[in-house]
Amino acid sequence: MGIWLLKRLGQVLPTLLILSLLIFGLQQLMPGDPALILAGEERGDPQVLAQIRAELRLDQPLPQQYLAWLGRVLVGDFGYSWRIREPVGALILAKLPVTFQLASMAFLIAVLIGVPAGIVSAVRRDTAVDWAANGIALAGISTPNFWLGIMLILLFSVQLGWLPPSGYVPLTEDPWQSLATTIMPAFVLGNAIAGVLMRHTRAAMLTALSQDYVRTARAKGLAERVVVVKHALRNALIPVVTLGTIEFGRLLAGAVLTEQIFTIPGFGKLIVDAVFNRDYPVVQGVVLATALIFVSLSLVADLLYMAVNPRLRTA
Amino acid sequence: MIRQTALAALAAVSLSAAAQAQTLRIGLREDPDILDPTLARTFVGRIVFASLCDKLFDINEKLEIIPQLATGYRWEDPKTLLITLREGVKFHDGEPMDAEAVRYSLNRHLTLQGSFRRGEINTMDAVEVVDPKTVRIRLKEPSSPFLSQLTDRAGMIVSPKAAEAAGRNFGTKPVCAGPYRFVERVAQDRIVVERFPGYWNAQAIHIPRITYQPIPDNTVRLANLQSGALEMVQTIEPDDIKTVQRNPKLKVVAYDGLGYQSITLNLANGPRAAGPFAKDARVRAAFELAIDRDAINQVVYEGAWTVTAQPVPPSSPYHVKEFKPQPRDLDTAKALLKQAGATLPVQLEMTIPNSPDLRQVGEVIQAMVKEAGFELKLSAMEFASSLQAANRGEFETYLIGWSGRVDPDGNTWTFIHSNGAQNDGKYSNPEVDKLLDAARVEQDVAKRRALYAEVWQIALRQDRSRIYLWHAKNIVAHTAKLTGFQPVPDGLIRPQGLKLQ
Repeated sequence: MGIWLLKRLGQVLPTLLILSLLIFGLQQLMPGDPALILAGEERGDPQVLAQIRAELRLDQPLPQQYLAWLGRVLVGDFGYSWRIREPVGALILAKLPVTFQLASMAFLIAVLIGVPAGIVSAVRRDTAVDWAANGIALAGISTPNFWLGIMLILLFSVQLGWLPPSGYVPLTEDPWQSLATTIMPAFVLGNAIAGVLMRHTRAAMLTALSQDYVRTARAKGLAERVVVVKHALRNALIPVVTLGTIEFGRLLAGAVLTEQIFTIPGFGKLIVDAVFNRDYPVVQGVVLATALIFVSLSLVADLLYMAVNPRLRTA
Repeated sequence: MIRQTALAALAAVSLSAAAQAQTLRIGLREDPDILDPTLARTFVGRIVFASLCDKLFDINEKLEIIPQLATGYRWEDPKTLLITLREGVKFHDGEPMDAEAVRYSLNRHLTLQGSFRRGEINTMDAVEVVDPKTVRIRLKEPSSPFLSQLTDRAGMIVSPKAAEAAGRNFGTKPVCAGPYRFVERVAQDRIVVERFPGYWNAQAIHIPRITYQPIPDNTVRLANLQSGALEMVQTIEPDDIKTVQRNPKLKVVAYDGLGYQSITLNLANGPRAAGPFAKDARVRAAFELAIDRDAINQVVYEGAWTVTAQPVPPSSPYHVKEFKPQPRDLDTAKALLKQAGATLPVQLEMTIPNSPDLRQVGEVIQAMVKEAGFELKLSAMEFASSLQAANRGEFETYLIGWSGRVDPDGNTWTFIHSNGAQNDGKYSNPEVDKLLDAARVEQDVAKRRALYAEVWQIALRQDRSRIYLWHAKNIVAHTAKLTGFQPVPDGLIRPQGLKLQ
């Protein structure tokens, strides 16, 4: 187990290194000169442009820029945002709890809706319940986030006045207000994932329910509930766990549109603003942090497989 | 049932939070950049500076220059400006605002690495402290726009002690002499300032706290205002004016701005300027005559903007009233194309920054000029990329706006003069250059306006070097409980006089 973990961690480092090279390279392909954008309406002054380039080392050869950045990252220095001059590390740390809270709430909503709906529709296959669940799931997957978000704001904030329309209050500052500001975006995000989870749970449950061991369990005279929950569900969960961790990872990478609509200062908004402002250090830092989260999550997924499937523990 | 109770409880909490201590919450279009007057460059940043940093001079509704930290000025000769300062003004850190602080701040604007103010005040040669209440500024050459630069960020005076201590990080905790002092900033979420008790004009300040919240989505920003989560929004879309007017709890103020929207024409910048459009003013005249500015204004902006043919807005004393847009005239347009001997349809491309309203403007223009014989291809591009493309000459026509400056020089010289750094189309006419240079030093308003009238006549009517379409308005919306807002064309929200019931 310990050796396995070490091996997995050994794979992580090269992955991150290749990724950092890729991020750096891709950024160079983005059209638009960062110096021009940073200069704003002062872009007419060539002196200003030259100064910006020199200060940000944009006038140095690319490999040199990359190595300088990598060297600093290795000692934990992600540089500072060109636009607001705050350290990128601090920015990432400040956004992490926001995105984590939103992602967890969205994920909880998705699991609470998606998994039970998937089980029920598999058990009641080809009945009205199944069709209804499928229809709702399809609607959930195909509703655009930004549209649903704006509709919710118009209904709950403008018409009814129940919830604040946008913004974010940290949990530590005011838990109630924090929930009030995040419930709508969490629902928007969770809703889309619930549909996907439902479809996958249903498919996996249908496969599991047609297996021999289920027939055996039924033949033994076990209650249907025990058959479904203990025998079928447990085996059906593996693909669902895989999917769940991937979706959770995507949530942590920042829900770009939803954060933009609800003005949640999380990862998604950070990176989108940074891309449009050509704030390279922020883009690089955030993508690297996101990659780290993804890699850690896939590790967690492997550990979860072992928890649900004892056969994997010996491997 | 349970859910409803829970939601009601949530609502109660959010309402009680709103009723707490008097705070003015202002929704901004985007997150400001660094809050250092020397290094800052965004418009939304200037809105925040209006509460943090007072300037030597300010402007009023009529764009007249009025004293703020200064009490007056006098030109000793065309190159020497004497400024007298207000007594007893303190910075937020308790340090005195005096001639030495003014000298320090102006020099910082001029020399700090990466300063965006350098270009605005580089005619400045030296600042001398005459006595603690008087400074003398020596210019390298006479300059009419110079004084107006001191009404914006270049005129903001920072605490030398705080600026020395913080260096380049001054913007993370700015210390100036404005009515509010900096409390905190959470990137992309909020900037909070609180009333500074030692402000020299404290009786004009009635609201204890202001929070600036960047909310980029127009619909959501307005929803925040409608639901009472904001007291004021910096800007709303023209489409939303009617919605706000129907709501008795809200007020909307639309007033003239300083900027313009235009079409830059590539006349001589690289190989893209080879066609008949770049070479022949008659072809460009045909293009302009095929455009109906009023129709664009009605179709895309609900008629909210002011159509124009010149870069200086009607709010300015240098606006030339007689220089009006020519009405759409397809017959003349077609005749001009024939005279020029152009092969029809004339192929042309227009670069458009990718925003929904500008794309729509592009489509309307495309349909209009088609009737005259132009085949206009639209190329929507993300803003940063379009700037670079224009700069390199990779465009034929470019739909681009300018936020505008108080002095007409800021709306003209850099775009029209042969040596203008933002003259992306590389228009060049020595006669126009001479007129622009003369307007730069002319101090008499009427004479200066006459010079600009000549520039419009040659550069625009005769040479057709650029097409100006409209002046946008500032559209501010706020709760009816807020009173005392002064609509100054620069679009800033000045906290002086604002009251919240």
